[in-house]
Amino acid sequence: MKSAFSRAGRSFLLCALSITAFAGCTNASLVRVKPWQRASLADYTMNPERDPIAVVNSEHVYFSRESATGGRGVGGSGCGCN
Amino acid sequence: MLLPTRFILIAALALPMFDARADLKAGDPFPSLTTAGLVGDLPVTDGKVLLVDFWASWCAPCKASFPAYAKLQAEYAPRGLVIVAVSVDENQAAYEKFVKSLHPPFVTVHDKTQQLVSMVKVPTMPTCYLVGPEGKVRFMHEGFHGEASEKELRKEIDGLLAESTHSR
Repeated sequence: MKSAFSRAGRSFLLCALSITAFAGCTNASLVRVKPWQRASLADYTMNPERDPIAVVNSEHVYFSRESATGGRGVGGSGCGCN
Repeated sequence: MLLPTRFILIAALALPMFDARADLKAGDPFPSLTTAGLVGDLPVTDGKVLLVDFWASWCAPCKASFPAYAKLQAEYAPRGLVIVAVSVDENQAAYEKFVKSLHPPFVTVHDKTQQLVSMVKVPTMPTCYLVGPEGKVRFMHEGFHGEASEKELRKEIDGLLAESTHSR
């Protein structure tokens, strides 16, 4: 009887600890930027492709390093054959 | 070992209940515009069908939606529809520039402190709410999808205006 009680008690404790531990993960205010707070994310400076010359440069570095072109939203599959 | 596993599973499934979202849905009373700290002149909305649109200058679909709302304003305002476009811009200059460039024919106000939008908790930008004469949300539309959105809004506005005309 004692062992059954302690097992139930342990389970309850484990359950309570799980809820406490994971509760923070479900709190939307902590982990998500709200739709009306996305002004900074929508800013022009947040666009990684805002500078065409920088894009060409980084593409060139990627091609030189990986021996593969394309496969980045443009024609080509990244196979290195074009 | 099976028992604790069950408990953990039940606990995991119950977790979303702790994160119950308070988004407005059809049937809920819409918060008062007059006490929400909005900057700008509010129209008289008592006994009228109200369309409240939440927008921002940095939101491209919001910009695309303005001509559609202008058409709805021209068509439905004489029949009793009031459109209020609420900007959630944190940048005052961006808000003013946007309004100046588009010259919307409907009322635009600024939720500078984001008080109203925090109460409403819009699920996406833009989102508009159709509020009945009794002050309750009757329809909510998320995003703006061109003609499809306009068609859907027209259908709902027509229905609500007809309903409010019959009830008078």
